Parts: sequence; structure tokens; C-alpha cells
Amino acid sequence: QVFKMQTLNCMRQLCRGRLFGVPIHRAFSTGTTGIHEINPEGSDRPNFPGSRSSWTEKLEFIQPDIYDGIPVYRVMDIKGKVIVPEQDPKLPESMLVKMYERMTLLNVMDRIMYESQRQGRISFYMTNYGEEGTHIGSAAAITNDDLVFGQYREAGVLMWRGYQLEDFMNQCYGNVADPGKGRQMPVHYGSKSLNFVTISSTLGTQMPQAVGAAYAMKRQGGGNCVICYFGEGTSSEGDCHASFNFAATLECPVLFFCRNNGYAISTPTHEQYRGDGVAARGPSYGIATIRVDGNDVLAVYNVTKAAKEISVTENRPVLIEAMTYRIGHHSTSDDSSAYRSVDEVMHWDTTQHPIARLRTYMTDRGYWDSNKEKAWKESCHKKVMQTFAAAERRAKPNWRLLFTDVYETMPPNLRTQLEEMEAHVKEYEDYYPTANFSQEPVDLS
Amino acid sequence: MAALSLGFLRGVAASGYRAGLTKSLNRAAGVQILYRKQNNTHLQQQPARQASFFTYHPDKPDIVGENEDVTEMNLFKAINSAMDIALATDETTVLFGEDVGFGGVFRCSVGLQEKYGRDRVFNTPLCEQGIAGFAIGLAVTGSTAIAEIQFADYIFPAFDQLVNEAAKYRYRSGNMFNCGKMTVRTPCGAVGHGALYHSQSPEAYFAHTPGLKVVVPRGPIKAKGLLLACIRAPDPCIFFEPKVLYRAAVDMVPNRDYTLPLGEADVLVEGSDVTLIGWGTQVHVLREVATMAQEQYNISCEVIDLVTILPWDQDTILNSVKKTNRCLIAHEAPITCGFGAELAAKIQKECFLMLEAPVERVCGFDTPFPHVFEPFYLPDKWRCLSALRKLVKY
Repeated sequence: QVFKMQTLNCMRQLCRGRLFGVPIHRAFSTGTTGIHEINPEGSDRPNFPGSRSSWTEKLEFIQPDIYDGIPVYRVMDIKGKVIVPEQDPKLPESMLVKMYERMTLLNVMDRIMYESQRQGRISFYMTNYGEEGTHIGSAAAITNDDLVFGQYREAGVLMWRGYQLEDFMNQCYGNVADPGKGRQMPVHYGSKSLNFVTISSTLGTQMPQAVGAAYAMKRQGGGNCVICYFGEGTSSEGDCHASFNFAATLECPVLFFCRNNGYAISTPTHEQYRGDGVAARGPSYGIATIRVDGNDVLAVYNVTKAAKEISVTENRPVLIEAMTYRIGHHSTSDDSSAYRSVDEVMHWDTTQHPIARLRTYMTDRGYWDSNKEKAWKESCHKKVMQTFAAAERRAKPNWRLLFTDVYETMPPNLRTQLEEMEAHVKEYEDYYPTANFSQEPVDLS
Repeated sequence: MAALSLGFLRGVAASGYRAGLTKSLNRAAGVQILYRKQNNTHLQQQPARQASFFTYHPDKPDIVGENEDVTEMNLFKAINSAMDIALATDETTVLFGEDVGFGGVFRCSVGLQEKYGRDRVFNTPLCEQGIAGFAIGLAVTGSTAIAEIQFADYIFPAFDQLVNEAAKYRYRSGNMFNCGKMTVRTPCGAVGHGALYHSQSPEAYFAHTPGLKVVVPRGPIKAKGLLLACIRAPDPCIFFEPKVLYRAAVDMVPNRDYTLPLGEADVLVEGSDVTLIGWGTQVHVLREVATMAQEQYNISCEVIDLVTILPWDQDTILNSVKKTNRCLIAHEAPITCGFGAELAAKIQKECFLMLEAPVERVCGFDTPFPHVFEPFYLPDKWRCLSALRKLVKY
């Protein structure tokens, strides 16, 4: 026994010597050195390197339902009344008005775009009904320097950051003004200047990417974080597991923002998971975690603001699970009445809506009234319709842009294919919709 | 997912390192030696070192000057040298993966954590999709990411991130975002006893993915220059390192910072009768085949290392076949939909009137990569020579 202890001590010193020889950058560490501590002699605690714990002689499984579930943080009740005055962020009137206006503008845009898809004018759309509060509340609590990785139902974040109606419409139409050059399906927005990384359809892939970006931002030292949005369905993907674990072990300033809206297309949450939602997984990865009422924009604001503070000062991830309800269909390709009742949807639309709740809060304080509401709705409607018509009139991009940006510069085989297609289109021009596509010269490098 | 198998080869590699072992090639050939014991007469005719399935031909390309400051390096040391330079010349460069912190199971990152710090050279959790996604995220913010996947056989969990994300980032965002500053390095190919999950050559899976660059070096000088080129290229690159060459291949490698062009094939031996095309370890098999063909049958072979699988060098290949009028392609990966099929189809289209025989492919069989049957699975020099003779007689 003595010999063993000596050997262990010796190994420990060797280990420490080696590790201490390495410059450990404190800024990049929250205190874990990777050294497995050996218990002092005589201490009767388990010494396994894989965990810190105590012994028990009781054969007892840890049951998943030993507690009541992580509570849902709120500031307002469902009628928009503040419950604990100290929790009211007391945001200035101008900011609240801006929050309200962006939420409602998004709502109006959603209605018109949804209808336009029904009329076959755009190929696809996804609304944000019921989740406007999660977008605006979180976006307002961070700055435009913080990098956003989204899933696809976070248009309100862009709306908050100043993405214009034109930008949304141009992308949905894939017209010549779309900076994405018409290559992706509608609602796959992106903006370099607004630090909103372009959306892709693949669920969960943005999550480990957000962690890598957060690691880079930590090294850059600007005091910024990354916010990564995803739905509760996506949380079942392997990439979600990867991202939680990497973010914790590599100490990355990333906010994981889960929109738990009850459904992944038709799949209800009891077929998605059997634990206490997504939030309960956070502590198991060593991640600070909170659950919030996603229909309470002030609560979302508070938790996101506090989460950013933790992430950038302590260089560690934070998980926010915003509980909400997907009021709209999953997408224009989905009829949600096939798997849930209209009454259920009505309940959330009429009694729990984030827009209505913020309106009450603002009306109570004299920041908003029915005249303002009427004027604003009319102006929104008019603006959206005008922008929509303009986007519809614009030509599609030059079709040759099909071939660029695959690589930074076009490789020879791709140039050959472009030239072959040019010759083909010239010969068979009548069979291609060339008239809808811009003829303006484009950079084909 | 890789835990069991990692343990298997990690043990081999790490213990070899501790013993200062330089003969893993002999280990690699262990199976072949068993085979030869049953063919004693044959064994006596062969020098022992040829018991392996290839003989390494040291490289000396034009880029190595007469008075060049060079060091004798094997492949893993050349990779290490390239990464050392990448870390030294670009402060945003980070290197990570499973077990890279202590030097890597193949010793490619030895000494780099001590030199550059734990925030630049570090271990990740054991999760390939996480490693690839993490690398993309770093690159999206403008940092240079060198990610290691411990074996190419374990790159498939990262397939979604590499194919749907990395390859399409620039295109789908209209060039607003890109992840060009990422490189994924991974050991590939046969090693003598790697069986199903330490032997694969998955380049063809990625060759079907516009947006990626896929590169395979044949030796240390090429590996260093090509890896630095991948790291600095504005496109996401997958760099396959033939693991059997890590210790077996030794060149006099320039110490300086240099890059070699991506997308260019190398004509290693000029010839007039047949074009032989390979990459990675198979290049050395083909060089030996060319020598045997010349000496035994007076066949003049032109040996080409394709080097870059995607996008590949069509001009060099097509010009060679137009000259020789015959072509043999060899790769370790299974034949059906292997990258040889793409080459053969293109050659057939562009050289149809010049071809005097069908394009021949000598490849791995359409089976998983077996353990004890490896000597019968690989497209070794005898299978290549046999096919070559038929090609010339056609």
C-alpha cells in the first residue's frame, strides 16, 4: 500500500511538472487543469478519475422524476401584469416600442408571405407565429457584434437587427437582389453585416459550428458571444450532443437558445424525449441552464442578458430553454390539423400570445394605445405589400451564377461545364425561362 | 463510436513510439510474412524488406534546391513540420482532435502543444461530427482550423458536416460566409493488419461532393507542401495521409516554409506504352510495376501521381493517355464507384480515338477491407503487372 501511494505521488508530481511546464492561459481556463487529484491518505472517498462523488451502500437508481421539473422563469403573468416588480427590466419606452413594432411587423410579413405561397407566388414559407417573443426578447438582450447561428424560425432576430423587408422578400423570391444569389429555399436568410450566419436546412449542424465560432471569439478577446438557436426536435440530433459537450469542455462563450414549441413537424415532445425537456440536459454536460416563458418577452430578455454576462465573463456556455407553442403550421408544406386540435392552437393564440402580452404591458404604462395600434398595423400592411410587389417584379439572377462560389475560384472542369451549358442554352433557348433571368454581366471567376 | 478500435491501433502506434520503433512497416507486413511462410521457395527469392506490399521510392522533386536546408523526415515528421509552420505563421491557427494534445496516436502533433499552448493545440471530446462542425465554426469566423479525424474510417460520423455544410457554405450563402480556412487531416489506407476500420480509403465518397478539395500525398516532401497548401487554401480541404507511410516513407525534406500546388498531378516516370495512374501508397506500387514491366517485358510505363482527387488534373492525365494510348488506374479502395471509375469515364470520352485498349482498373475488391486476407485484397504489384500485360497484348 505504501509503495503504491509513493508511486502515485511520484506520478502526480511528474504529471504536474509536465503540465506546469505548459503555459496555461488563465483567460482560457475556468480552473480545470486536467489533473486528477488523488485523495489524501485516510480519506474514504471514491477515487475514480471519471467522477467526483461519495460512496453509498444503498442500492438505489437515480429516477428521472425525483424532482418537479426545472421551473419556468417569468416576469409577467399571462395577462401581461408584472408579478415581482424587481424582475421588471424597466426598458425605456423607445426600446419597448421598437420591440413591439418588430414583433408585429414580423407577424404581418408572415401572414402575407404565407398567403403568397398559398397562391403559388413563392415556393415555400415558414411562419413564426407564437414565437416572436423568443426572437425579439433574446435579440434585444445582446448586441449586433454577437454572432447568430439559427435554425430557420428566427426571422425576428434579423428583424430586430435591421434586416429590411426588402431583404426578406428578395431572398424568398430568389431574385437578383438576393445576396444569397437565389440558391437556397425561401426563409434561408443570412447577413454578413448583421452577423447572422446563413441558414441551412440540415437540423443541428449549426450547433457545433456555433461552438467553434465561440472558441474563435474567445481567442479574439472582444468580449462577444455566439448565440445558437434550435428547436426541441433538433435537440435529438447527434450534433446537439456534440455541441453541448464541446462547449463545456472547451469553455466556449456560447448561448444555446432552445425554442421548445411542443412539436417537431407532427411529432409531439413525448415522442421526442422522456426527460425534463431540453433544459434538464444542460447540467449533465456541466452547462449553466435556465428555463423561461418564451411568450414573455421581458423574461426572455432578462435571461438572455444574464446568460451573455456569464458566457463572456466566465468563458462558458449557457443553455436557455424557452417554452412556447408553435401556433402556425410547421411550414407551407404542412397541415397541422392532421395531428393536433384546432382548439389547442386557439388556446395559445388567444390567451398566451407574446405580442398580446407585451401590448398589455405597454398599454398599462401609456406607451401604446388603440390608435397607435391601428395606424401601425395599416402602415405595416402597406409597406409589406409594396415591398412584396417590388420583389416579385425583380428578375432572377443571371443563371450563370449557378456555377460560381462552389470554390473561391472556378476550377477548370466547372468552367467547361458552364461553357457547355451556355452553348446548350443558346441552341435550345426556347425551352429555358431565360427571359426571367437577368442578363447583366456577372463575375464568373 | 470509435473507442474500441482506437484502443486497438493506438496501442500499436504508441508502444511503437516509446520503443523508438522505426519498423512499423514490418509490422504492417506481418500478414504478408505469414503468407510467404507457406511459399518458402518464393520467400527465398525475395529480400526480406520486400515482404511488404510496396517499396518506398524517396522523392526529390524540383522544388528541392541543390543547397537546400533539408532534414531527413518520415511522413509523420513532415506533417508535424507543416503544422509547426502553420501555427507559427498564423496566430489564428488551432489544431485539435482526439488525442492530439499529447502528440497524437501517430505522433503527428508531438511537441506542438508545449510550443504553442493548450488553447491552440488541444484534445476534443471523442465525437467526429463535433470535430468537423467545430472546425467549420472556427473557419467561419476567419480562424484557421486544422482538425484531425483519428482514422479515415471514422470520418463518416462527420460526413453530414463535411458534405452538407463545409462543402456548401460559400455557395449557399452567395459568398457571404465561407469555411475555406478549415482542413481535415486523417490517416487512410492499408496498414497490413488494419482490417475493416483502420484501412479504408474513402476518397471517392468525398470526390462526389462539389466544394471540397481532396488531397493524398505520396511521401514526406509532398505531404509537407500539400498540407500547408491545404491549410492556406481558401476552400475546405480533406487531407488523407497514407498511414503505412508515416514511418516507412523517408525523404530529405526542406526545412523552409513551402507549399505545393493543389489540383496538379505529377508525372513521376515518363514512358510511351502505358499510363499508370495512382495516388498515395499505390504510387509506389505502380513505380515498382513500371520497373518490372520495363525489365521483364520491355514495356515503357508513364507513372502519374494524381495527388489531388478533387478537383483533379484533367490536362496531365489526358495528355499522357493521348501519348501512350493505354491506361491502367490502381487504387486500394473498392472498384465499384471508386475514383478510378471517374477517371476511366473521362479518359474514354476525351481519348476515345486514341485508345488502343479499354481503360483498365486494378483496385480493391467490392468487399469490406479484410483482416487476414489483406494480401489477397490489395491491388499489389503482381495484380497490376498481370493486368498491365493483358492491356498491352489487347
